Amino acid sequence: MATDSDEVELAGIRFFGKMSASISHEIKNVLAVINENAGLLEDICFMADRGKPIDLARLKKIAGDVKDQVRRADRIVTTMSRFAHSADELSTETDLGELTVLLGLLAMRFAAMRGIAIQTLAPLAPVVVTTFPFGLLNLLWTCLDCAMTAAGSSKTVELVAERTTEGGLVRFRRLERLSETSIADIALGRLSALPHALNATIAADDTKTELIVRLPRAPEFNPI
Amino acid sequence: MAEKVLIVDDDKAFLSILSERMRNRGMEVTTTASPVEALQIVETESFDAIILDLMMPEMGGIEAFQRIKEKSPELQVIFLTGHPSVSTGIDAMKLGAMDFIPKPVDLNELTEKIKQAKVSRAILVEKQAHAKLKKVLTDKGR
Repeated sequence: MATDSDEVELAGIRFFGKMSASISHEIKNVLAVINENAGLLEDICFMADRGKPIDLARLKKIAGDVKDQVRRADRIVTTMSRFAHSADELSTETDLGELTVLLGLLAMRFAAMRGIAIQTLAPLAPVVVTTFPFGLLNLLWTCLDCAMTAAGSSKTVELVAERTTEGGLVRFRRLERLSETSIADIALGRLSALPHALNATIAADDTKTELIVRLPRAPEFNPI
Repeated sequence: MAEKVLIVDDDKAFLSILSERMRNRGMEVTTTASPVEALQIVETESFDAIILDLMMPEMGGIEAFQRIKEKSPELQVIFLTGHPSVSTGIDAMKLGAMDFIPKPVDLNELTEKIKQAKVSRAILVEKQAHAKLKKVLTDKGR
């Protein structure tokens, strides 16, 4: 019989797999463009061998395009590195503002596939809680996945971290269809053990347009 | 005669460079980053092959493929994807795609498949014409 600990571990593995697959897909797309640019250089050399003059402006454009793709790959790999290192410490001081930015970057492709824009609103000051960053990212991703389903006609989900007297919270805003979806599915369903392990609570606000994840300032991660 | 190809991919940088290389090889290439626009294009134009990215916002490649096939069953579709999963390719083939090529693309391989697509489409169009003619003759004979 699966225990809560198994559930947390399995959810973590599945989350890591899902994000890794998405990142590898993005890297493949970048490689595809670089590969075509290399191929175009070969085509130009081939034509030059047969007497066609080399167009220097075209070569400069290819160099610029390759540099653009290297920058694109660098952004992807930087995000991947930050994501991978989120599992380094079971309990560490974590800025919820930075974590929501990372979540927004990780989720960008999934959101685009669903026609949703994610807007991350930076808090004025760091919102620091002591937590297991990877576990919290997993929890926030699950909430964001639900939030994207609950996004209304604006097709936008806003993410904002705020400091509270107890610690911090993350709001998922502009969820016009939140009342149609079941919060219980998140809070009590597939990830019931993870909020418990992180001492997090998940609830809708009174207007039923926001999903709020609250965290204490300094709980210990409790893998049960 | 030049192969007539439609490429549908939401990555505009990829679309631009691949189409340039294919034109350099003498192909007649139309591009769009929107699968919805692709559906409109195939209503008014015919192509020897459609190169379709499997994962796109707006509409997934599989859905776009099914709708293209509804409109023009003879069209030959080759899926392209950055998704390195074999099962995705198998799924696409089961649905009736002509082929499945992972990114990064080997243009020589893609060119070969486009040439095959042109032949397959010509055979299908001929079969359709034969069937039509047979029906007309049968109807007249009654």
